[in-house]
Amino acid sequence: MENINEEKRTNHMEYMEGMEILEDSTVMEDVIKAMNEYDYNAYTAEDVKRALEKDICGPWEFGAFLSPAAIPYLEQMAVRARDEKRKHFGDNVYLFTPLYIANYCENYCIYCGFNCHNSIRRAKLNMEQMEQEMKAISSTGLEEILILTGESRKMSDVKYIGEACRLASKYFKMVGIEVYPMNSSEYAYLHECGVDYVTVFQETYDSDVYERLHLAGHKRVFPYRLNAQERALRGGMRGVAFAALLGLSDYRKDAFATGMHAYLLQRKYPYAEISFSCPRLRPIINNDKINPKDVHERELLQVMLAYRLFMPFAGMTISTRERAGFRDRVIDLAATKISAGVSTGIGGHGDEDEQGDEQFEIADGRNVEEVTEAIRKQGLCPVMNEYVYV
Amino acid sequence: MKQKDSLIIGGHEFTSRFILGSGKYNLELIKAAVEHAGAQIITLALRRANTAGSENILDYIPKGVTLLPNTSGARNADEAVRIARLSRELGCGDFVKIEVIRDSKYLLPDNYETIKATEILAKEGFVVLPYMYPDLNAARDMANAGAAAIMPLGAPIGSNKGLCTKEFISILVDEIDLPIIVDAGIGRPSQACEAMEMGVDAVMANTAIATAGDIPVMAEAFKKAIEAGRSAYFSGLGRVLEKGGSASSPLTGFLED
Repeated sequence: MENINEEKRTNHMEYMEGMEILEDSTVMEDVIKAMNEYDYNAYTAEDVKRALEKDICGPWEFGAFLSPAAIPYLEQMAVRARDEKRKHFGDNVYLFTPLYIANYCENYCIYCGFNCHNSIRRAKLNMEQMEQEMKAISSTGLEEILILTGESRKMSDVKYIGEACRLASKYFKMVGIEVYPMNSSEYAYLHECGVDYVTVFQETYDSDVYERLHLAGHKRVFPYRLNAQERALRGGMRGVAFAALLGLSDYRKDAFATGMHAYLLQRKYPYAEISFSCPRLRPIINNDKINPKDVHERELLQVMLAYRLFMPFAGMTISTRERAGFRDRVIDLAATKISAGVSTGIGGHGDEDEQGDEQFEIADGRNVEEVTEAIRKQGLCPVMNEYVYV
Repeated sequence: MKQKDSLIIGGHEFTSRFILGSGKYNLELIKAAVEHAGAQIITLALRRANTAGSENILDYIPKGVTLLPNTSGARNADEAVRIARLSRELGCGDFVKIEVIRDSKYLLPDNYETIKATEILAKEGFVVLPYMYPDLNAARDMANAGAAAIMPLGAPIGSNKGLCTKEFISILVDEIDLPIIVDAGIGRPSQACEAMEMGVDAVMANTAIATAGDIPVMAEAFKKAIEAGRSAYFSGLGRVLEKGGSASSPLTGFLED
């Protein structure tokens, strides 16, 4: 892999040409300030108990739920999270699958399988191949799809993504995207193509760590990525999803910042539908040593419960990065959405073989039928779609 | 009690005063819930009927039950109107519950946009039931715009907190000539009963039933509570005495001197 030493790296806080700047927005500054002020060691067991008794939880309570002092109270948090989840979503658990249409990437993110210096098979589906994939996925009964690409404006331009989404809305009721961050006018275009939900992982909210992990490419620009959700909402999207990739930095600070980011945007855009993803680091091709470090399942569950108690109305997706046994339990406590029949490579859903390598290793390879059955076994109700594009 | 006590909504007559929700629980339980509830009207999110796949909610609703599709997902009047039209196209009938929500946290309805949607849809021949925050002026506007009933909330959706807006709902009961149907927030049969005692015309419940341990049995408990409340309303509730009972007439007793 290419080594880019510090002197050669660009200023990650500086916007590149063509990147829209939200001059009037203070959301990023507010999130970073809240994160810097968050001292998780300052919370005591008494604070956690007090937070658990509060009817409506704010940032202080959220901080308590994420603190080390809350670890002995996970069971109590789970009981309340389950109640909140049932109150807002009842028995429903939503299903979807990601469709990776291209894995070309111009970024150099050292933990990601798609990074431009990782030697993997690159591929990009044409419209015909995409349609085959979509038909195959649709035949499993799924009605929601998340379209993903590697982050290459050159190889997967906005128009290519737009055409893919237009095609996807023929086969699916609900279309979301997880692609490179873009300007609000581009989000508006994709919204016209049938997209209503935008997911962007900030990876880490610690800009110094961010700088050391994202060595080159558009993704290197920290503020442009952080403001993606706000631009998406201004572009007319109904919902936005937030995530820190847990294990990259101090996960408590990152989870706190993720929650505050969602919280502040929801206050500014009260109609926005908010959702969280809770990914942990996974091994990739050519580096099987990558792991989520100090974020074990217990810590991951704590983060998920804290999100649920802080924003009981928010959606939450549980990734195939986690094993089946964990996923099946958290859909009862915190998560509202689960993927099934997942491939993180390019192609491979239809008759043809996979053409491009995967982004990361998955830990739950169950198909739609198996996941549906597992949901039912929990006494929960699998829902393929509860959405109408207006 | 009156000879016949029916609920009339937009010229349609119902004997049951319990409107059942169908969201948030297993589709297979809907039939049993309807039967135990004795419900003649069931609400459904159009977004849930709008499905091509295996689990279409419409297939689970017993015949003869009036569908009350809602416009959940609408953030303004225009979106509510579009969802309502789509619902009619999909064969869900002419009833529509307007839900316009611009707040994803508390899911409180936007009365202003709801009034606008009520006017448009009533003109198009829909039987319009607007879900609203219990504000008298807004309720009057909805009535004037052609609403067939008014659906004030008791508490935020899904909160099971009961009749937090009791005083304001009783003003609507007093002032609005249309049926008043308490919607949202009713968490227990006793709260449904209390609403009926106040003279409300019907009660709608979903989360309270969806999150119960035994859904059909809870549906039945609500049915009984609503009937009890209705009977109590008609029979005239006894006066509640203040602490210490009712003294003679300390202020006007001198008239007897």
